Order: sequence, then structure tokens, then C-alpha cells
Amino acid sequence: MAFDYDKYIRPGKLPHIWCPGCGHGIVMKGLIRAMDTLGLKKENTAIVSGIGCASRLPGYIDCCTLHTAHGRAAAFATGVKLAKPEMNVILCGGDGDGTAIGGNHFIHACRRNIDMTYIIMNNYIYGMTGGQFSPATPTGHKASTTPYGNPDPCFDIAKLAIGAGATFVARGTAFHANQIDKLIVEAIQHKGFSVVEILDDCPTTYGRRNKYKSVIEMMNRLKEVAVPVKAAEKMTAEQLQGKILTGVLYKEEKPEYTAEYAKVIERAQAK
Amino acid sequence: MEKKLPKIEIIEKYCKGCHICVEFCPTKVLEMKGFYATVKNLEACIKCMQCELRCPDFAIKVITE
Amino acid sequence: MSKKVAFLQGNEAAAHGALYAGCNFFGGYPITPSTEVAEVMSVELPKIGGKFVQMEDEIGAMAAILGASLAGSKVLTSTSGPGLSLKQELIGYGCIAEIPCVVYNVMRGGPSTGMPTGPSQSDVMAAKWGTHGDHPAICLVPASVQETYEEVIRAFNLSEKYRTPVMVMPDEIVAHMRERIVFPEQGEVEVVSRKSPSVSPEQYKPYDTSFGDVPPLASFGSGYKFHVTGLNKMQDGFPTTKAEIVQAEEERQVRKVEANADDIVTFEEYQLDDADVVVIAYGSTSRSARYAVNAAREQGLKAGMFRIKTFWPFPDKQIKALAGKVKGFIVPEMNLGMCANEVERCAQGKAPIHGIFRVDGEPINPDQILDKMKEVK
Repeated sequence: MAFDYDKYIRPGKLPHIWCPGCGHGIVMKGLIRAMDTLGLKKENTAIVSGIGCASRLPGYIDCCTLHTAHGRAAAFATGVKLAKPEMNVILCGGDGDGTAIGGNHFIHACRRNIDMTYIIMNNYIYGMTGGQFSPATPTGHKASTTPYGNPDPCFDIAKLAIGAGATFVARGTAFHANQIDKLIVEAIQHKGFSVVEILDDCPTTYGRRNKYKSVIEMMNRLKEVAVPVKAAEKMTAEQLQGKILTGVLYKEEKPEYTAEYAKVIERAQAK
Repeated sequence: MEKKLPKIEIIEKYCKGCHICVEFCPTKVLEMKGFYATVKNLEACIKCMQCELRCPDFAIKVITE
Repeated sequence: MSKKVAFLQGNEAAAHGALYAGCNFFGGYPITPSTEVAEVMSVELPKIGGKFVQMEDEIGAMAAILGASLAGSKVLTSTSGPGLSLKQELIGYGCIAEIPCVVYNVMRGGPSTGMPTGPSQSDVMAAKWGTHGDHPAICLVPASVQETYEEVIRAFNLSEKYRTPVMVMPDEIVAHMRERIVFPEQGEVEVVSRKSPSVSPEQYKPYDTSFGDVPPLASFGSGYKFHVTGLNKMQDGFPTTKAEIVQAEEERQVRKVEANADDIVTFEEYQLDDADVVVIAYGSTSRSARYAVNAAREQGLKAGMFRIKTFWPFPDKQIKALAGKVKGFIVPEMNLGMCANEVERCAQGKAPIHGIFRVDGEPINPDQILDKMKEVK
């Protein structure tokens, strides 16, 4: 049976604003399937985003949705979660929003290990403003503000999250659609701050500047570079050259922030 | 026994003509017809659901029994 | 029964005022000279099951309180000049998304790092014009420790009533001086909470103006699902660029405060009945002004003071009325004439304005004001 996305999509909101072939819609579908698998109550789920193409996602989903300011999703979400720890709080946004202007909030949400799930759609570019380079744009690649090739080194977002203290970090791609919901399910089930980076395509502002002739070429590239962590274990360093690991990259159990704060309340009230 | 075919519904008002479903269908069930994707060869469908999963635009429904 | 009395600093009083008003969430970032508010809140909030979070930066603190407010909390942040500059981005968000919150900003020397421990009154324009775009502004400027306590309660009430950020801006002198404070009993001072929706979740719209200029606000996690954005929005909360809707919504957001100025604006009239020289003062400067008025009266001058307690909305009506009756206004302030410009706007040329402007981190003393009074002919 076809999956019924309409249960979660706000009436009258489709078609969405994303360009033809943009993977954000594939990610949104993955999120919806994940919510359905987990049976999350819509009225008890907050979806929080920043600014950018990917940050328009919450507007389509029939939950408590908060489209904040550029980069601020993690900080707004921290307020929501700490005020109402019983709510499911899911964040989403793009690479520029999350790791440039929102970089500070991102690493500190990781450090606090607050029980929220952050879905970062990494399409290597600022799409909504017309294709400027982001902290995730690979060195040498072209953007509207790197016409001679990007001189900046780029972030590995998953490594950044692990380094900052996130206790669940996974990576998928928009091509591997049936994996997205599974990663998100595991991330939401994890008690602590979980990050799911989805490698995505922006045919409109990134692809055309970087010699991708079509959406299909971009999707094929995601198909080719992705190597599941399990498969990578059996591969040589040479074979892994230019590949990107996908799947659950990191997982650890650590005290969760709202649970720790509940203990603060206990200690304060015991005095 | 006769093979039970699914129903593939393409919602044209959502389809943005990105070609993803057509290109990645393993049995080449779909084709582009003008701007939109359309079903060319339903007989070949193996109900893998990849077109539905990968459609970024909520435009494909593969309805199976 | 005798009332509870304490000897407190302005910042400590602010924290206790917030607690009286029902504040149960504080998000902050350390900054001189306002950190004591955060310190008191970190002690007191967990005792009542409230939440205190020290965020990674000033913007994060502002974001956290807005998120918590949408989840139904009564929220406070505290800061000072440079922090206020950073918070402006999301103060604007609070204005357009109409989220109640209280921003307590201690005015220190500026711009930039300026004089972190020196007093100033130079953030009063930032309270109105700091964030971009047209938006409502409510800003209270207490002059004593007791008043800081009371005005923080009033700030919560106004922010909940009008569904908008409210600022309380003591200068550093008020924030750090210690005075006797008498705490009201529970129930003695009115505490206002936001209007909750009377309709079902299915019918709820977060900006439904059929309920008036201040639509009821539901909380996340209370059964209501709705969308909140910083984009110009329609009554259902979803973004729009439709000219007539944007125009109407922008006008409503400003009108809900401006049209209720009589409910919001507070002031004190001191010795004004026969006064022909009127000092217009606020914050700690008004304490010097009161002293100067008393001294002037002893010397036979008909001096008085109009003390601004609510800086925004500005007491236009009251100052316009005074301008027709007096020989001149004296405006002492710890900035280069921010209030004086507003007084000039209201006076409409009917009374001359004599400014005493100090930005050297020193308070304005009564003698300076008294000397200026003698210049008014």
C-alpha cells in the first residue's frame, strides 16, 4: 500500500517550494515515515528550523512548527525542549544555516546532549540566496561568490557533531531514500542530541555551476560516493578514497540534558 | 497465476518533472511525457517503491493490494 | 502581619519581581553589569520547578526564551548594551511572531564594549529602533530598587497582555545600588497571564484578529498545532507577501501597543502644579533631579519634575500638555540627548529645551541641574 503522507502534510500546502529534483522533499518524506513508524503524536511534536530552503520544511508538516531566524533553530529548540521535556523536538535546516550562522548554537546543542534530533540537509550551498558557498562547499568548487573556485576548506558536518559531543551521528543521502527514515527513527529513539546529515543535491544553484548536467548526474554522484560503514570496514584506504561513509557513524550513551536538569531541580528542592 | 499489478498514480499538479522516478526505476516502468512522468509499462513493475520513495514532490503513489 | 523587607540590589530585585510575576524560565548569558539577575534566577528557579539555562551567547539566550515562551513559559532574559545589540535580531522576531517575553537590560556606557561598569542611559533609543523594521516597543525605566521590582512585574503583565517583548532598562546605578525593598504579599499585586484560545485546536489560528488586536496564544504541547514564523504572516500563521495582509498585520502589531498608550504609559508628576521650570528625567538621573527641584524650591524657584517611568511608548500627550504651560524644560540624561530629542518633538517649539548630557560614566549631580534651572528665563 502506498504510504499515506497526507496524514502529516498540512492541507493545501503542496506543491512545496523546492526546485525540481531538489532532495529536500525526499528528506521530508523520510521524516514523515519516521514519525509514523514511531507513532509520534503530532500535537506533541515540535519541528524547528532556521532560514533557507531546507528550513521551509516545518511549514508543510502538521505539528507544532517553528520557523525561526537564520541559524537559530537549535537555540529556540533548546528553549522549547527544556520548557517541555515531554515534547519530541526535531530540528531541520541546511548546511549554511546550521554550521555557519548557526554554528555556535549547533555545537553547543551537541555539547549539552539535549534530547533532540537535528536533520541537516547538506547540499553544499546557500540555495535560497542564489548559490553562495557555505562551510560545506568543497574546496575548489564554484559558487556565486567563489567564481574562481572555493579557497575555503570545508566542514565534515558529522565529524563536527561528534567532536562537539553529539551522542548519535548518522549520515545518509537523498538518493538512498529508504534509509533516511530508518536513520531518523534511530536518531529520535536515541536519548540525547542526535544529528542526521543527509547529503542532498541542489541542481539549481550548485549543480549547474559545478558541471553537473542534470539532477540525475547529481543523484548518481550521491549513489557512487556513499559507502555504508559496514562495507567500508572491508575496504582499503585506497578504495575509500573520495568515498563518504553513510549509516550510523557514532553512538554513545551519556547523561541527557533535560534529565540532568531534573536532578538540579531535585537538589534545589531538597535544600 | 496472474500477476497482480499495482496502480501507479501520478499527481500532475505536484510533479515538477525532475526525471528522478523515470531514471532510477530498475525496470523502466515510467517515462517522461511532456513535462510530467507517466506510466509506460506497468507490466514491468516489481513494486520496489523506489519511484514513490524518491519522488521529492509527493507526486507518485504506488498502490498495491 | 508585617511585610517582608529586604536590603537588595536593583538586579536582585528584578529577579525577585520576575518570580513574583510567575516567571518560570530564564535564558541568559553572562554580562556586566546585569549578571546578578542570572545568578539569582539560577538559585531560585529550580526551587519552584522552573528552568534556568545559560546559553552559548546572547542570541542563543534570546532564542531559548522565545522557544520556551511558545511552550507556555513566562520568560526572562537579562543583558546589557553589547548583549542588547546581539539580542535585537530576535527581539524583532518576538515582535513579529508576537511572543511574550521580558528583556531586562542594564544600561552601561557604549557603544560597543564602552564602559562595562559605568552607568549610562544610552540604550533608550535602541529599545525602540534597535531591531529593524516597524514594530511595537514597550520600555520601562525604573529609578529605584523597589520600582525595579514592581516594574519587572508590570513588564511581565504587559508582555503577556499585549503579546509582545517588553524591555526593562535600569541604568547601571539603579541596577547596582542597594536599597530597602518591601515585598508585596502574594495576590497583592496583579499578575496577568496571556489569553489562551477559547476555540478548539482545529479552529485555532495564532493571529486570529476576530479576537481583537491581541489574538490568544496557545502553547506548544497543549494539544494545539500551529505554525510560527519570522516572515510576514497571515492570521493562520503561514507566510504571505500579499500587500494588503502585510500592511494590515504590520499596522495591527504597532497599533496594539500605540493605541493602548494610556494603559501602558506611567509617569510621576512632582511639584508640577505651579512649576515653570520642569525637569524631565528618568532612572537614577531623576533622583538628582528631585533633589535639585527641592533645592530650587527652597531658593524660591518654581521648579518641578516630570519623571518618565515608561520610556516607550513615550509620554507624548503629557509632555505636549506641559509644553504650553512652562518656561522651559531641562532634560538631564546620561547620553547625548536621546530623551531631549523626543521632548523637543513633543514640545513642538512651545518651550525651549535645555539638555544636560553626560557620557563620561559619572552620574549627573543635583548642582548641575540646579545651575541649569537658573539659566531658564
